[in-house]
Amino acid sequence: MNSEELQAYRETLKCSFKDLDAVFEDCMIEALSELSAQGIKDYLEGASLVCMIGRGFEPVLVYLEEMPQIVARLGEPILCNISQCVWKMSRTPNGNSILPFLQSLPEAARRLGSEEQMQHYIDVVFDLMEKTTGSIHGFHTTIPSPGLPDFLNQVPYLLNQLSIEGLRNWVEYGARNYKSNPDRQRDYFSLQSADSRAMIQRERHGTLFADHERKLDLYLHGFWQDPEYLVPYSLAFDELRKPVPYYDSLGIRIPDVYDDRAGIRGIDRYRAVLAHIAAHRRWTTALIADNLSPFQRIAVETLEDSRVELLLMRRFPGLRKTFMALHPIPVEDACDSESESCIRHRLAMLSRAILDPDHSYANSDLLDCVSSFHALLTGSDSSTKEISDLAISYIARTRRQSDLLPNIRFEDTEIDYRDDKAFDENRKVEPIEKEIQGLPPRHYPEWDYHTKTYRPDWVSVYEVLHPQGNPSVIDKLLLKHNALAKRLKQMLELLKPQNYVRIRYQEEGSELDLDVAIRSLIDLKCGSEPDPRINMSHRHDGRDLAVTLLLDLSESINEVPDGCNQTILELSQEAVSLLAWSIEQLGDPFSIAGFHSNTRHEVRFLHFKGFQEHWNDEVKGRLAKMEAAYSTRMGAALRHASHYLEHQQADKKLMLILTDGEPADIDSDDPQILIEDARKAVQELDQKGIYTYCISLDPNADEYVGNIFGKQYTVIDRVDSLPERLPQLFMSLTK
Amino acid sequence: MTTIDIDQYKIKNEPFYYAQHDEVAMYEAAYTCRIPVMVKGPTGCGKSRFIEYMAWKLDKPLITVACNEDMTASDLVGRYLLDANGTRWLDGPLTVAARIGAICYLDEIVEARQDTTVVIHPLTDHRRTLPLDKKGEQVTAHPDFQLVISYNPGYQSLMKDLKQSTKQRFSALDFDYPDSKTETTILQKEADISEDMADKLVKIAITARNLKGHGLDEGISTRLLVYAANLINNGIKPGPACRMALVRPITDDADIRDTLDHAIDAVFA
Repeated sequence: MNSEELQAYRETLKCSFKDLDAVFEDCMIEALSELSAQGIKDYLEGASLVCMIGRGFEPVLVYLEEMPQIVARLGEPILCNISQCVWKMSRTPNGNSILPFLQSLPEAARRLGSEEQMQHYIDVVFDLMEKTTGSIHGFHTTIPSPGLPDFLNQVPYLLNQLSIEGLRNWVEYGARNYKSNPDRQRDYFSLQSADSRAMIQRERHGTLFADHERKLDLYLHGFWQDPEYLVPYSLAFDELRKPVPYYDSLGIRIPDVYDDRAGIRGIDRYRAVLAHIAAHRRWTTALIADNLSPFQRIAVETLEDSRVELLLMRRFPGLRKTFMALHPIPVEDACDSESESCIRHRLAMLSRAILDPDHSYANSDLLDCVSSFHALLTGSDSSTKEISDLAISYIARTRRQSDLLPNIRFEDTEIDYRDDKAFDENRKVEPIEKEIQGLPPRHYPEWDYHTKTYRPDWVSVYEVLHPQGNPSVIDKLLLKHNALAKRLKQMLELLKPQNYVRIRYQEEGSELDLDVAIRSLIDLKCGSEPDPRINMSHRHDGRDLAVTLLLDLSESINEVPDGCNQTILELSQEAVSLLAWSIEQLGDPFSIAGFHSNTRHEVRFLHFKGFQEHWNDEVKGRLAKMEAAYSTRMGAALRHASHYLEHQQADKKLMLILTDGEPADIDSDDPQILIEDARKAVQELDQKGIYTYCISLDPNADEYVGNIFGKQYTVIDRVDSLPERLPQLFMSLTK
Repeated sequence: MTTIDIDQYKIKNEPFYYAQHDEVAMYEAAYTCRIPVMVKGPTGCGKSRFIEYMAWKLDKPLITVACNEDMTASDLVGRYLLDANGTRWLDGPLTVAARIGAICYLDEIVEARQDTTVVIHPLTDHRRTLPLDKKGEQVTAHPDFQLVISYNPGYQSLMKDLKQSTKQRFSALDFDYPDSKTETTILQKEADISEDMADKLVKIAITARNLKGHGLDEGISTRLLVYAANLINNGIKPGPACRMALVRPITDDADIRDTLDHAIDAVFA
């Protein structure tokens, strides 16, 4: 390219920044090597366009520098596409995002690899921009998107963690939920908020700890009888210092997600980590390591790791396959002992040689050490002390001056299923008797009907035993309804299970049915065909039913409804007492709980009566103290109540919900969202085999309650008839 | 009355039984005094085999009745049957045992209804008689007669338990799965497999037994281990054989199944 050509190109590019001239030639040299003639034309036109938007020199520079590489990956049509995008963006209030957008492109191109994928990415960006660019009433779109620049800055990391599909879900979630709250939108898109991280976790690829927690608990129990809390940590947010699995008195810390690696499934990688840790807990003894040098210490650690692994594989030979696949294979001569510290490399080779009998290492010190290691372990478990002596002698024999060099060779030395060591601390952690200090909150998802997805861990449910009151209050209430109780009692007698029901006319049965038998005998004597069905048998006809009554304890039940002289709360107390008394007569397992909520962070679930408890003074006392406050977040309460009910052993499971209004909470602007969530919760319960039934005291309930419960509801218009209606309803439901 | 062929109830060949403790001597002592015996323990741990072995050792006939909830007193005692000439009395297994002096073994007694179990009461105390109400006969038990019941406290529920008045008529022997060394020997002898293979099967069983109460109602029994060993002897690979005989029968819980499958893979490299 001579200076005339360069001059011609410079003239095609309509841009008058002074700084441009200094870099133009270099950019053109690179562009010419990558682009066709048409490409060069598009490239320069694109740059002119970027220049025209009036955002200073930097966007132009980024465009000129990065585009040739991007084109090399994605093809030339991307040139026009990008410059048009920049132009489009500059026509909106989001000019401040243009530079981050251009800067995100090279990484995006590298990750996505095709023009089609890139187009998806651009769609995601513009979608976000359109959704979050705000307007104030009376003005047109004048407020730039608060989250867009933050998002663009996070793109390299996000694309590393998520597929483009996952990215789209993550972005949509943030755009939808934080549309009207710029600060929280910024937090979300800069990955500062817990939600944003939780969403990433859900969209991530790989084996999530959360999905497999029970399997891993079972694994620890079944294989090691070493039940221990598993505490996940996240690998995603600690870029510099990658945490390693370890354990302490609080539990075993393991990563929250494992991708498949080297043909080993994520779940098996979890198991390998747990096996390794369990082996240490079983076989490693504490060692006084104060006087060990750092090198001696890592050698002891490596060899001790190898020892417990060998013991592991003696018990479970199948683990060898996993370990072999995950253990790196350091190349013998890969480390240059003149220029770098080979200590880790040497130990990794040693560890590999112990693990893999078919290794190819020839170093005599290494082979000596391997054979004395195997000699120690032949026919015995050896001990941490013996291994430590061997390790120290190995370090003494192989020590190099260069071990002290600062640039340690790390390549092929990370053994990721091994845990972090702390030998000088006591490795044998005695289980600590933990004091029970109130139950930790349980998290439940919430259904978002806009996207047809769950918001993960959205609601926190705190459960407590309801405080005690004076049980005689309830006795008085029951006395007041004495006449009603008598009537109920008659109905109950009819419902009471008749344990055995006779089935007649059976060919095979437990007893002879004399009437039929005699008839048959007569037939036989008369020479005609006798009826062979002369036996009878018995059939179980017991009620096998578990019931949960869930009470809405929101503020509104403190009101006195029209035409009554008692609050709904008082009426509920009477009704629940009568119902509990009735069910106690029938002997069905029965629990009572109440709930109210104060935003999604605090849903309180109050136990009045457990399945195992009887209708006694303690339960009555709790009912007497019943209080109302806050709002009605019904979905979470349903899910939590079902958590207990589903574990009851009964053929039929019934959940009765007594409420006086629609699901609502103060942090939810859209009333539909909690209604839809409750509806979804009812569906989930249905799948678990729980029959839900709603008793609504809201005269206007028909508008929404059918939406939630289908046909399984009753609206009680005259609230003062509740004490009578509730037990009757229960009986007719379970007849 | 027709004579009863006692021989059919005799155990001809020695059943294989490996004593875990001193249960053989204890049973012999109980038999000498004709004290009724209750054997307790999880399913498939060798209760029935033990009784069979004792019957063989004492050279007494053994009559086994598997109890179920449809069983009535007349199933045990006997009933009138119709035939061409009218009715005919047929002794039930308990009556037969009492007449011929056999060991009557009521397997899984809790499965039977409580009103059924009371018919054994007069046979289990000093009276040693069995009244046949319908027939109007009082059968006095043969001096060799002994009653043995088995029950598995594992699935004892509120609904299914023996009455105190029944429980207190028996002496009891408690069985459990043998320790791993004993179980290995048992497997080797019973299923004719190598010690190494038996050892591996036992390891899998122990893993499953640890999970009892965490989603498993019962661990893998010795009986299932024998099944697995038999399958392996018939040319099935150990992995599939274990899955078929040990895991699939006992659980439908996906997580537990996965964990046990992993145990099989880990043990059979």
